[in-house]
Amino acid sequence: MSQRQVLQVFEQYQKARTQFVQTIAELATRPQNIETLQNAGVLSLLRPLLLDVVPTIQQTAALALGRLANHNDDLAEAVVKGDVLPQLVYSLAEQNRFYKKAAAFVLRAVGKHSPQLAQAVVDCGALDALVACLEEFDPGVKEAAAWALGNIARHNGELSQAVVDAGAVPLLVLCIQEPELALKRIAASALSDVSKHSPELAQTVVDAGAIAHLAQMILNPDTKLKRQVFSALGQISKHSVDLAEMVVEAEVFPAALACLKDPDEYVRKNVTTLIREVAKHTPELSQLIVNAGGVATVIDSVGESQGNVRLPGIMMLGYVAAHSENLAMAVIVSKGVPQLAICLVEESEDHIKAATAWALGQIGRHSPEHARAVAAANVLPRLLRLYTDTESSEDLQLKTKKALKSILQKCTYLPALEPLLHEAPSDILKHVVGQFSKVLPHDSKARRLFVTSGGLKKVQEIKAEPGSLLQENINSINSCYPEEIVRYYSPGYSEILLERVEAYQPT
Amino acid sequence: MADLELLLLQIELIKEEFITTDRADEERRVKEDRAALRIQSWFRGTRLRSYLRHLQRKATIIQKIWRGYIARAYFRKKVKVQCFVMKMNFYNEMAVRIQKRWKGYYVRKYVHNYYARKRYLEGLTKKNEQVRRTMEEFAEMQRNEREHHQVECEEQKTCLQAQRMHFLLSTHQIPGVFNSPYRDFPHEMELQMKSIKPLLVKDIQQKRQAMDPSAPGDTFLKTRPLPPIPSKKPQGPFRDPATVLQQRYRPLEPTLRVATSITDLEEAREELRRGEWRGRIIDHAFQPFSHAHKNKKYERSIHTTSSFERLAYGTVYFREENQEKLRGKKPFKSIFTTCNVFDKFGQLYSNAGKIV
Repeated sequence: MSQRQVLQVFEQYQKARTQFVQTIAELATRPQNIETLQNAGVLSLLRPLLLDVVPTIQQTAALALGRLANHNDDLAEAVVKGDVLPQLVYSLAEQNRFYKKAAAFVLRAVGKHSPQLAQAVVDCGALDALVACLEEFDPGVKEAAAWALGNIARHNGELSQAVVDAGAVPLLVLCIQEPELALKRIAASALSDVSKHSPELAQTVVDAGAIAHLAQMILNPDTKLKRQVFSALGQISKHSVDLAEMVVEAEVFPAALACLKDPDEYVRKNVTTLIREVAKHTPELSQLIVNAGGVATVIDSVGESQGNVRLPGIMMLGYVAAHSENLAMAVIVSKGVPQLAICLVEESEDHIKAATAWALGQIGRHSPEHARAVAAANVLPRLLRLYTDTESSEDLQLKTKKALKSILQKCTYLPALEPLLHEAPSDILKHVVGQFSKVLPHDSKARRLFVTSGGLKKVQEIKAEPGSLLQENINSINSCYPEEIVRYYSPGYSEILLERVEAYQPT
Repeated sequence: MADLELLLLQIELIKEEFITTDRADEERRVKEDRAALRIQSWFRGTRLRSYLRHLQRKATIIQKIWRGYIARAYFRKKVKVQCFVMKMNFYNEMAVRIQKRWKGYYVRKYVHNYYARKRYLEGLTKKNEQVRRTMEEFAEMQRNEREHHQVECEEQKTCLQAQRMHFLLSTHQIPGVFNSPYRDFPHEMELQMKSIKPLLVKDIQQKRQAMDPSAPGDTFLKTRPLPPIPSKKPQGPFRDPATVLQQRYRPLEPTLRVATSITDLEEAREELRRGEWRGRIIDHAFQPFSHAHKNKKYERSIHTTSSFERLAYGTVYFREENQEKLRGKKPFKSIFTTCNVFDKFGQLYSNAGKIV
C-alpha cells in the first residue's frame, strides 16, 4: 500500500473520533440522552480520548465529560473512580486555553455535587492548578477556574480553608476588578461561597481587600452580578461585629437601599439578607440603618414580595426591634406592624409565620405603648389561632406562645385583650387575666366596659385552683366590683334564684 | 516697923492660908485637872471636828467645782458633736434636695429625653417618607429606562428584520407579501422596508460575527480595523514645524534686574506705609510705663456736694460721734474671713469622717 493510503486510514480514524466526540458532546447537552449514554458506557470510551494526540479531540472529550458529570452525581462519581482527574489536573498546567477551560469545567461539574466528590477533586491536587489558571490572561479560563473553586468551597469549612490555603483569594479579588461581567459574577459568587463558613475565612477575604471592590459594584446595572455581590457582602458581615462594621464603613448603606427596588426578587432578597446580617449585631448598627431610612424601605419590600423572599426582611425587623425600645418604636412609627400582620395572614409556610410571630413579639415586648401598637393591629387573635391550631408545627407553636406571652405581659389595651379572654387556653388565659387584674382597679370606664362586654361573666366561669396565681388575679378582679354583680354573673346563679323562688312562702 | 511686924504676922497667916489653900488646891487639883482635861479634850475635839468639817466643806467645794468643770467640758463636747451632727444632717438634706433636682433634670434631659425622642421619631417619619418617595422615583426612573430599552430593542429587531427581508419590497408591477391588494392598507413592515437601506453582504458577515460569542479563535483582528498606513512622508530631514514656530516667535524673557523699575524701592516703601496706615486702628501711640491713672483728676461726686457746703452724709459716720463709749473697742469687721468649711474636703485620707 502506498504511503497516502496508509495515511488515509489514520485520517479516517481521526475523523471518526472527532465526529464521535463532537456528537457525544452535543448529545450530553440534552438531559434525556444522558441515561442512554451512561448505559452505553460512554465514560470508558471518553477516557482514552482525553489522552488523544489531536488537541481538538481532547478538548471536546473533556467538554463532553464535563457535561456528563454536570448532570448527576453518579456520573461524577464514576468520573472520579475512573481516575480521570489526575490527568486533567496535569494537563491544566500544560495545555492551551481551550483545554484549560474544558478541564476546569469538568472539575467544576464534579465538585459541585457533594463534599466527598469535592474532597476527591482537592486530593488530586486540583487546587494549585486552578489557582494557576486564575493568573491566566484569558477571561474564559479565569471564569472556569473561579467557578470550579467556588463550587468546591461551597460545601464546608475545610474545603473552603483548602481553597484559601491554595492562595485563591487575592486572585479572586483581582478577578473581580476585571471588566468582563461574567468573570465578575463568578468571582463574586466564589468569594461569597468561601466567606460563608466561618469568621476566619471571612476575615481572609476581607484582608484581601474584597469589600471595597464589592462595594463599588453595587450600582452596576447587571442583575446577576448584583445578586452575587450582595450575597457576598451578606456572608461576610454575618459572622461578627467587626466584619459588619467594615462592610458598613465601605459606604454600602444608602446605595444598597436603592437596590431594594430592583425588579429581580433575588437581588432584593440578598439585599435584605445583608441588611439583616448587619443589623443583628449591635444596637448602633441597627440605629445606623434606621437613620438611613432602611426600615421603611425594608417594610415596603416585604410588602411587595412573596414567600421566602420576605423572610430576611421580617427577620431584620425582628432583630432591629429586639435591641432596644427606641428602635422598636422606630419600627412601629415606620408602619411595620400592619405589614407584619398582613404577612401573618397571607403566608402559608410555617417557618415564615414563625418568623413573623417572633418579630411581632420582639416589637411588642418593651413597654405598654409598644404592646398597644401591636395589639391595635389585631394581631393577638391571629397569634392565638396559630398557637391553638393543631396543624401548626412545634416551632411555630413555640414561637407564637412566646410572642403572646411577651406581648401580653405588657399589654394594657383592654379592647384587644377581650377577645382573648373568650378563646384562650389556660396558660395564655392566666396572663390575660393578670393584665385585667392590673388595669381594672384603676379605671372605672374600663370596669363598666368589662361588665357590658361579658368579660366578667367569662372570668367567673374560669376554673382555677385556689391559691394559684390565676385565682388571685380572679379575686382581685372580683374585688373591683360590688358583691351583687359578682354573684349575678357567677355560673349557676339563675338556678339559685329559681330555688329561692320555689322555697319562698308568701305570707 | 509695925508694918513689918504686921507683915511678919501676916506671913504666918499667909503661910497658913497658903497651906490650906494649897491643900484644898491639891485636893481640887486632880478634879480640876481632870475637868480641865475634859474641857480641853472637848475643845480639841470640837476644834478638830470643826477643822475637819471645814476641810470637808472645802474639799466638797473643790470636788464640786471640778466635777462641774469636767461635766461642762464633756457637755460642751457633746454639744459640739450634736451641733456637728445637726449641721451634717442639714447639709445632707440640702444635698439630697440638690441631688434630687439634678438627677431629675439629668435623667429627663440626657437619659430619657421625652422631647428629643419625640423629635427623633417625627424626624424619622419624615426621613422615611422622603426615602420612600426617592425610592419610588428611582424605581419609576428605572422602569422607564427598562421600557425605553425594551422599546429600542424591539425597534432594532424590526429594523433588522426589515433590512433582511428587503427583497420582499413591493414594486410597481408586483405587490409584495406585505402589500397584498386584499389588505386595506400595507403592513408596517412594508413601510419600514421602504424607509430602510438593504443589508450589504459584508455587513451581514460582521453582524453575524458580532452576535455570535461562541465563535472560536480571535475576533480581535477581524472586527477591529487595521491602523492606516502612513501615506505621505515629508521631504528631507526637516524640523518639526511646531518647534520652528516656537523658536521664531519666542516671547521676551527679561532678567529680574531689567524687569524691576528704578523707583521700585521707593514704591515698595510707600506701599508699606500705606498698608500700615490702613491697618492702624488705635490712633494715639502706645505708651509703656506710663502712670496713666495718676494723670486723672479726681472728680467729686455730685451727691456729696451741694452748692453751699459738703454734706455730712457719706463722709461722716455715726460711729465717730460717740467716742467715749467706743474707747478701747475694735471697729466692726466689714469683711468676713472665708468660710473654711470645704477646705479640707477631699484631702483627708479616710472617707469615714470627712469632718470639716
